[in-house]
Amino acid sequence: MSTLPRALTVVPGPTVTPAAGRRAARRRGRRESATAWAFISPAVVVILGLSIVPVVWSLLLSFRADDLVTPGRWVGLDNYRALARDPNFRTAVGNTLLYSALYVPLSLAGGLVLALALNRRIRFIGLYRTLVFVPFVVSATAQGVLFSFILDPEFGVANSLLHHLGISPQGFLTDPDQAIYLLVLISLWSGVGFCVVVYLAALQDVPPELVEAARIDGAGRARVLRHIVLPTLTPVTVFLLLWQLITALQVFDLIYVTTKGGPLGSTGVVVYFVWQQAFQMFTAGYGAAAAYVLAVALLVAGGALRLVRRRQERTEGAVR
Amino acid sequence: MSSPVTSRRPSGRHLLLAPLTLCFALPLVWLVLSSVMSDAEINRFPPALWPKGIDLGGYRYVLGNAMFPRWFANSLVVALAAVLSNLLLGALGGYAFARMRFAGSRALLALMLATMVIPFQLTMIPTFLVMKELGLIDTLGALIVPSLVTPFAVFLFRQFFLGLPREMEEAAWIDGCSRLRVLFSIVMPLARPALATVAVLTFLSTWNDLSWPLIAINHDTQYTLQLGLTTFQGQHHTRWSAVMAGNVITVLPVLVAFLLAQKTFVQSLTSSGLKG
Repeated sequence: MSTLPRALTVVPGPTVTPAAGRRAARRRGRRESATAWAFISPAVVVILGLSIVPVVWSLLLSFRADDLVTPGRWVGLDNYRALARDPNFRTAVGNTLLYSALYVPLSLAGGLVLALALNRRIRFIGLYRTLVFVPFVVSATAQGVLFSFILDPEFGVANSLLHHLGISPQGFLTDPDQAIYLLVLISLWSGVGFCVVVYLAALQDVPPELVEAARIDGAGRARVLRHIVLPTLTPVTVFLLLWQLITALQVFDLIYVTTKGGPLGSTGVVVYFVWQQAFQMFTAGYGAAAAYVLAVALLVAGGALRLVRRRQERTEGAVR
Repeated sequence: MSSPVTSRRPSGRHLLLAPLTLCFALPLVWLVLSSVMSDAEINRFPPALWPKGIDLGGYRYVLGNAMFPRWFANSLVVALAAVLSNLLLGALGGYAFARMRFAGSRALLALMLATMVIPFQLTMIPTFLVMKELGLIDTLGALIVPSLVTPFAVFLFRQFFLGLPREMEEAAWIDGCSRLRVLFSIVMPLARPALATVAVLTFLSTWNDLSWPLIAINHDTQYTLQLGLTTFQGQHHTRWSAVMAGNVITVLPVLVAFLLAQKTFVQSLTSSGLKG
């Protein structure tokens, strides 16, 4: 059963040669290695089998014309060339960038302001924090269904409120000029809570003695915020920036549930494009090529995240 | 900025926070209110802002005529299977990486961590093909297998185990316990924070997922709640009270879990953010 006790009974004996000890250690190592592989192999099979294998497979698919049913054929870079000319893909990229350019900075700014406001032990603070955070656990599907109803031009409560205020009814998600901005707002409603939670945790690490010292030296709230609090939060801000960017570039569920890319393609995003090509038009090779274009953009962001983190760790180490 | 003294005077912050946080709550309040409205109240213009009485017609409809109970059970099966398997396989893998020496362990760990940055849309088409080969498309198996264990779970357990003192485990080995017994009878009881984090995040992500079920499932008997809800909305977009009742049923488990274990949720998400 166990390897250690047997080894230990051998070691104290004066007759044991160094070579025998080494042999025992090697035997022990082999056995431990076998146990270790037994422990990790399920995880290795699932994780590598459903990530590394698909990544290579996707790359191969992107060089093929393939409908997932009949055997495909090799087309080289044709899919990528076609993507460059496809107006729908260009619109999808544009919409994704617009959505991200609004969602990412707004969620960070909103998260920071709310976290600063919530970082005080006042009455009801627990309730306030809960309310801000609760929408984050609501699924994108549920959000989409709920807001489709609220923003329904005919039966929605939003137009009803506007009616009470004397404003003419709006098309909301059916209006190509409004839809994507409303989707950003819905995402903010649910996504700000995450930034708040992360910022609140980081605010607890702001050294109180530093704030105290600055106060004694006559620094006002604004200066404490600018020169002490914000610099301490920089690593977290960088992290959130990239995290939210990766989330935003991959938006899909909310759009599938609310607008399906419409009206008039005004909310079609890249992942929606990939899904449509692969599972509706059955041009899987083309979809895989689009996915690769987005993945490269994401990997650049991910690489930047790792780089920044490594530098962070180094500076943290230097401070200690 | 650590916990400043509570002031006796009510803080001016309430003027900012009370209306602002109410904005976050209002859509969910409306969700619950409209789920108990009658169709007449919803369908008139302008619609009622407050229900006259509690009309459970929407709930009766989704629980009686629609397949919501079935979808609820499907979602529960998938989420619980994913949670249990992530706890088990994540802990096994994490323990091997934290405590055992074997050739290639470092490279393997690095490779596993690298897979965390692979976006879903890059793997979804081949994963669909793999599931098709395995004959799992249109079964709950297609939803469970890809989420059996995540690199995040393995990594989180590894980090947690590295932080535990080795002495007790070593004593147990000397007494003749196998690695597996040491893991289950000594290490796991100490690992409750890691178990809670992995459980919460796995449940949240599998329960709330839409895109993978959308790809892997066609037949409505195998729908999860998320997939069922969006299809139901497409088919019954004039019966809003029923749609909202279905929506409440979809959101409720996560909401209740969150309100019961808010601290665990928040800590899990912060740790996923800062360490993950």
